Amino acid sequence: MIKNISNLGDAALYCDFGNEVNKSINSQVIKYFKTIKEKKFEGINNLTPSYNKLIISYDLKKTNFKEVKNYVENINAKDSIDINSKKLEIPVCCHDNFSMDIKRLEEILKLSREKILENFLNKEYFCYMTGFIAGMPFLGDLDENMRAQRLETPRVKVPKGSVALTEQFANIYTFESPGGWNILGNTPIDVFDSSKEDKPNLINPGDTVVFKEITLDQYKNYNE
Amino acid sequence: MSSNYLDIIRPGINTTFQDKGRDHLYHIGIPFSGAMDNRNYLIANKLVNNNLDSAVVEFAYQGPHIKYSGEKINFAVTGDVIFSIKKKNAEIEGNCYQSYQIENGDEINILSTNKSVYGYLALGGELDLKFQWNSCSINTKANIGSNDGKKLDTGQRINFKKINSNKDVKKINYINNKIENIRVMKGTNFDYFSEQGKQTFYEKEFIVSKLSDRMGMRLEGPKIENIVNTNIKSEGLIKGVIQVPADGNPIIMLSDHGTVGGYPKIGAVASVDYDRLVQMAPGSKIKFKEINLSDAETLFKLYEMETQNLLSQI
Repeated sequence: MIKNISNLGDAALYCDFGNEVNKSINSQVIKYFKTIKEKKFEGINNLTPSYNKLIISYDLKKTNFKEVKNYVENINAKDSIDINSKKLEIPVCCHDNFSMDIKRLEEILKLSREKILENFLNKEYFCYMTGFIAGMPFLGDLDENMRAQRLETPRVKVPKGSVALTEQFANIYTFESPGGWNILGNTPIDVFDSSKEDKPNLINPGDTVVFKEITLDQYKNYNE
Repeated sequence: MSSNYLDIIRPGINTTFQDKGRDHLYHIGIPFSGAMDNRNYLIANKLVNNNLDSAVVEFAYQGPHIKYSGEKINFAVTGDVIFSIKKKNAEIEGNCYQSYQIENGDEINILSTNKSVYGYLALGGELDLKFQWNSCSINTKANIGSNDGKKLDTGQRINFKKINSNKDVKKINYINNKIENIRVMKGTNFDYFSEQGKQTFYEKEFIVSKLSDRMGMRLEGPKIENIVNTNIKSEGLIKGVIQVPADGNPIIMLSDHGTVGGYPKIGAVASVDYDRLVQMAPGSKIKFKEINLSDAETLFKLYEMETQNLLSQI
């Protein structure tokens, strides 16, 4: 359930479901998200579910904090939600050309390159949310010994397809963008396709993902 | 095919088509986009008798040089912009906030914005642009919107779907007043920062960095000290949110911002000041001033009334 509602600026509600990150809290967030989305409250223009928060932004010309808060407090979030989960295999190349932060990770995690890759690849990930940039999946959970903080100063440009880690999550940069995650490899596939307006994202919340390592040659030939 | 079109002789530095933006897409990671300076966008459209949600040409710093071919049409430029109109026998200096008629072969040369960032060129008619998710706004980072999601380029031809029959020229007296104080509300991680850090945020001056664009405005200056954690679990953002990463330099989210972020939020810019914030060019000085939610709502109401009042005078 929502533990606290506050304002984020003057045009958004900040709904806090707690500080922990787990599937049970995340599914509460998704319940609220889906219920509010279906109801189409006049003035709400965006909903951003994340691990344990839901940001509801609205058009200040049409409504305000008090109205939206009152509405959210009185809705009945549905119990049954269908998380249509798929299982996906994502190819990733961890050649030196791509693994820009492997040295940093070796230092922070005190693990060898081989061990880092082994841990990373032998794992099934759950997609908690998508966002930051279009279609970027937030995949958890990395083992305790694989958790590193973001870069102190985010990069201005992270290459498209970069597979990166921060704390308990892995993600994929669906196109070139600024970003501060630790880059481990790169995937040759398109995780976001804007030409499919109804289903642009390959990976959606609730999906399961495994990474399969490919060589540099396989990477280069992947889209041919 | 349309017989009315624009040829791009010089595109300018960051020239895109923008409209009212797209909503209901944050959950898949697609930001709002749309014209950065909403008031100037609306005025530009009104000056050429367009619908207020029509697409316009948005440029930053240096604007485009365009040649027009076709029937007589109106255009207008808004912002603080230096431009000229080249006709067969003369070149005249243009004034912002008034519409002009151009005809076959005339050129519009937008040299630069003056101590500001964004300017708008509205053309009296409907450009033939691709819509994605009900908006033709170009998001160059995600390659979404019209023009394949890319900036305008030299040699491109842009067709009109139709041109307006109402060719009345219009004018309004308007001055973009510049501000140094940006009003903000406390962010949801305000308590992550030390007393000294909070004081720095409200009392010291910051400088707009060159590494600013439609996604975000990076600030340089005194560092803001964090005493709790320089990372949070990634969560939703909106435009105007001020995040402070571990290096202590604030970043303000702008219209093409990432939809979620994992840096602590020290504040959020009041909607009333957003149009003026985005116009602050690299090197400008910014000072933040705290206001509460109810003041922010009232100030926005007044700002919105003023915008509607301006539009009704056109």
